[in-house]
Amino acid sequence: MTSRRIAGKGRFIDSSSKVAFTFDGRRLTGHPGDTLASAVLGAGQVIMGRSFKYHRPRGPVAAGPEEPNALVELGQGNRFEPNQRATTTALFDGLYATSQNRWPSLEYDIGGINAKLARLLPAGFYYKTFMYPREFWKDIYEPFIRKAAGLGKAPTEKDPDTYEHVHYHTDITILGGGVAGLQAALTAASGGARVLLLEQSPHWGGRVMADGGEIDGKPAADWVAATITALEEMDNVTMRLNCMGAGVYDHGYLLGYERLRDDTPSLPGPRHRLWRIRSTRVITATGAIERPLSFAGNDIPGVMLASAVRDYLELYGVAVGRKVVVVTNNDDGYRTAIALKAAYVDVPCVIDARPLGGGPLMREAEAMGIPVERGRAIGKVKGGQYVEGVAICSHDGSGGVFEREIECDAVAMSGGWSPVVHLWSHCGGKLTWDAEQALFRPDAKRPPTGADGEGFVLPAGAADGELLLGDVLGNAHDAGREAAKAVGKTAKVRRRPVAVSVAQAPILPVWMMPARAGYELRSKAWLDYQNDVKVSDVALAAQEGYQSVEHTKRYTTLGMATDQGKLSNINGLAVLSDALGQEIPVTGTTTFRPPYTPISMGAIAGEARGKVFQPVRRTPMHDWHDTHGADWEPVGQWRRPYAYVRRGETVHDAVTREVKNVRQGVGILDASTLGKILVKGPDAGKFLDMMYTNMMSTLAPGKCRYGLMCSENGFLMDDGVVARIDEDTWLCHTTTGGADHIHAHMEEWLQTEWWDWKVWTANLTEQYAQIAVVGPRARTVLEALGGMRLHPQALPFMSWTDGQLAGFDVRVFRISFSGELSFEIAVKAGHGPALWEKILEAGAECGIQPYGTEALHVLRAEKGYIMIGDETDGTVIPQDLGLNWAISKKKDDFIGKRAQERVHMADPDRWKLVGLLAYDDAVLRDGAYAVAEGRNANGQRNVQGRVTSTYYSPTLGRGIAMGLVHDGPNRMGEVLDFPGTDGKLYRAQIVDPVFYDKSGGRLHG
Amino acid sequence: MLTFRCPVCGVDAEETELSPGGEAHLKRYGPGSSDEDFSGYLFQRENPRGVHFERWRHAYGCGKWFHAARCTQTLEVFGTYPAQTTEPPQEILDTITKKRPGWTWRELGAK
Repeated sequence: MTSRRIAGKGRFIDSSSKVAFTFDGRRLTGHPGDTLASAVLGAGQVIMGRSFKYHRPRGPVAAGPEEPNALVELGQGNRFEPNQRATTTALFDGLYATSQNRWPSLEYDIGGINAKLARLLPAGFYYKTFMYPREFWKDIYEPFIRKAAGLGKAPTEKDPDTYEHVHYHTDITILGGGVAGLQAALTAASGGARVLLLEQSPHWGGRVMADGGEIDGKPAADWVAATITALEEMDNVTMRLNCMGAGVYDHGYLLGYERLRDDTPSLPGPRHRLWRIRSTRVITATGAIERPLSFAGNDIPGVMLASAVRDYLELYGVAVGRKVVVVTNNDDGYRTAIALKAAYVDVPCVIDARPLGGGPLMREAEAMGIPVERGRAIGKVKGGQYVEGVAICSHDGSGGVFEREIECDAVAMSGGWSPVVHLWSHCGGKLTWDAEQALFRPDAKRPPTGADGEGFVLPAGAADGELLLGDVLGNAHDAGREAAKAVGKTAKVRRRPVAVSVAQAPILPVWMMPARAGYELRSKAWLDYQNDVKVSDVALAAQEGYQSVEHTKRYTTLGMATDQGKLSNINGLAVLSDALGQEIPVTGTTTFRPPYTPISMGAIAGEARGKVFQPVRRTPMHDWHDTHGADWEPVGQWRRPYAYVRRGETVHDAVTREVKNVRQGVGILDASTLGKILVKGPDAGKFLDMMYTNMMSTLAPGKCRYGLMCSENGFLMDDGVVARIDEDTWLCHTTTGGADHIHAHMEEWLQTEWWDWKVWTANLTEQYAQIAVVGPRARTVLEALGGMRLHPQALPFMSWTDGQLAGFDVRVFRISFSGELSFEIAVKAGHGPALWEKILEAGAECGIQPYGTEALHVLRAEKGYIMIGDETDGTVIPQDLGLNWAISKKKDDFIGKRAQERVHMADPDRWKLVGLLAYDDAVLRDGAYAVAEGRNANGQRNVQGRVTSTYYSPTLGRGIAMGLVHDGPNRMGEVLDFPGTDGKLYRAQIVDPVFYDKSGGRLHG
Repeated sequence: MLTFRCPVCGVDAEETELSPGGEAHLKRYGPGSSDEDFSGYLFQRENPRGVHFERWRHAYGCGKWFHAARCTQTLEVFGTYPAQTTEPPQEILDTITKKRPGWTWRELGAK
């Protein structure tokens, strides 16, 4: 392999110094400023990857983000990243790249056998082949497809880099920093509007950097430099290179994707930054992408877009071949021929599909001695792993006879230009077909609209379908003025820049080359390179009845690869239109969806990973738990101790010990996470009567009542103890997970239904630490602290009182979720840890021990108390749980009352709560179903109940469970079968759900 | 990613600050109502392509509920107004009539 560098060329590179990198294990060198693609090409290698389906050898076809072929795996270890485009990867010292989708090597790939089977792998192959027999899916088809699917491998290690989001508000955002974007920015900012200008590549100027031209009497590159300077001097302009406009969304929201450290991984700082922008107006100056031509062998490495050939030559000093044939249907292709010839690269001929050829650019090429073949086409490209020549024929024919062969090692093709309308279209901007230029352009009359109903996106330059330099600049100037006006500013720049545009002869739309190519040629003419979709596949889809372009896309996979059809969309839908015998605009385009090119998962996540993915809520006693063996359990955003595990114990041992200690002595629980919502006001009682199924207005101050809360649908959504504080104040306890949404639920009704009621709510959950002291010796412990009187007459069950314990102001509730004598002590959050320690000290003599959430669950289940989320799942009403006693019959109305009167809710056939005792003392599996006779339509056993809570009960020394069973309460003593997923059958008897202390004597002690 | 001006606190709120609350101006039917009225209240919803009235809550802002009139097709917002009302303010109805002549929504709009 020999260098393909051309001395004196390469605007973007510094040819005086070298950069070392590794490609497929080989040490290569490039220059600072190279892309990976230009460096590998410069080193003389064209093949960079294999196609997805047929594993055909592929080289780069483009030089920018539209590249479908040159996808590589970058980096190693924890910086490994698949499917990166070599054409947009900036070269740096030490870059490590590996080609993908090939084995064992790029040159010799086993999967290439698929190409030999191409006739057996037509469009819709998977659908046709893998449908039947059904049972083949799991073991044969799916593993095969999974193995074949995807290009690069997924990374396996944790990403060591950091990423960030930035929120940005501005008047005008301009996407694209070519001459159109620069001119639009200059004009728009001149009136004082705040302008953000984003360019996806590392360079300003866009196409003129390769194609040149003259603006305001100076070389275009000089004009670009001067404009950059002018913009940089303006305080109201912010500019970013390496920052792609990724998506345009509702109401002027857009995403910018900035790559900061891809080529400098050793520097500190975030690797990527996601800009979350709100912009009053957006200008899409996103340029245009050249289209390939569909001729046989157009995917052989060395066949490239004519514009890419110019880019590699002018920007990176790389000649893609020594003998380059140019094939075109428009005048632009001649620019490539002229540029190559001027750099002393042999151009054997330009093949122009137009019978009369082109305009001034053609004549310039001819004057340089380049032969032009008018009305001719490439019949086929000769070669396998590289181009060896082309066979030419008449364009207006079937390609049955080749006139002659021309030896060459590269082909530059130009099929015309397609404006990059993606960002215009993301949020609903419509397109119109410009038949004269053969392209879809934004329809100015149907823009994406914002909150005010006005269009908020303005296309500019080539993105608006203007392809001549002078038109590009004028159009961009107008867009800048209009955007400035829309944000209330008047642009001070009034003059359109003057550019010399070379006149061009009309394009001849060419969707297949030659125009009536037979099957043999069509089946070698690629539309979608990455997914291996050919002209013949789209034609076959049409023949099989596919008419919608969206359906055809999915059937053939055209445009579904990582490049999202940037090169293939227009050619593909033109072929479909042709096959269906209809005009292109009738077929229309597929939907353009963000992001424009793939963005990293890291950028999407931003800072939200690891510890800051979600805030962790800590109770005041969190640190104490942490240093005392807490086995943490996430409960919503809280962390709660599941159990406090001692040395030598298993978690199960610890739970058993904690339960026994509560039943026999005294335990202490951090109950701070329970919701505490204060409800106050003259109408608070009336309001709570609507919120709860029970009557809360009649609760006496100083008393507590267990309450149920239902949704308007009638389903049980939360429970908890309500304490009446004074005449117009209630304190509502909610479940741990319910605090925020129950507060929101109350506010919703207050604000939107009963807004004239005088009620105020406050969520005090985090203002108080709450400590439960539970067990037969609980009172002894608290009395040892000194302070308030807690004997049964002073504080009977279901009452509360304010007072002092160990010198702290406390509110003590005598309520129980364990069936034992129990006090819940609320204290200001800041006093929580100190009081907790005092209680432990005072309780040491009684053997006090902390207990966690699992012991709490076991204790409540032994008593048959329900748990929201275990016994309820959003389809369960209180009546199902035997809680009719907590549903007021005196109230005219409460949330859920009307719903509970509906036929299905009042149906006696519902599943209802029972206790379950498994045979052989087994512990039933949570969620296990009790089977009934017969089978359902899917052949599954019918069911008649399920387990909702199941534990080993240390108190009873056996497994206990609760469950919902069809007509359960009337079937006491019956035995149910619970087939286990382990293949065994578990049997359990229906019993009363209260397993322990049915009389409640301990509770009232 | 819509934006609405919260009529309570005046902030131009991003969709990430807001919680959607479904259709606005539902009349609650409680105990004593017919099955038809009740299921209409609980389950039947407009699904217009065009003018719509919705409830939103400025959840990560002032916490207040408000109403919004907008076009589901173009996402144009005709106005926002406080939730403490059973019908949209006349001013907003006039705005919609001006921008969408002949519009209807439930019993509102062109007769």
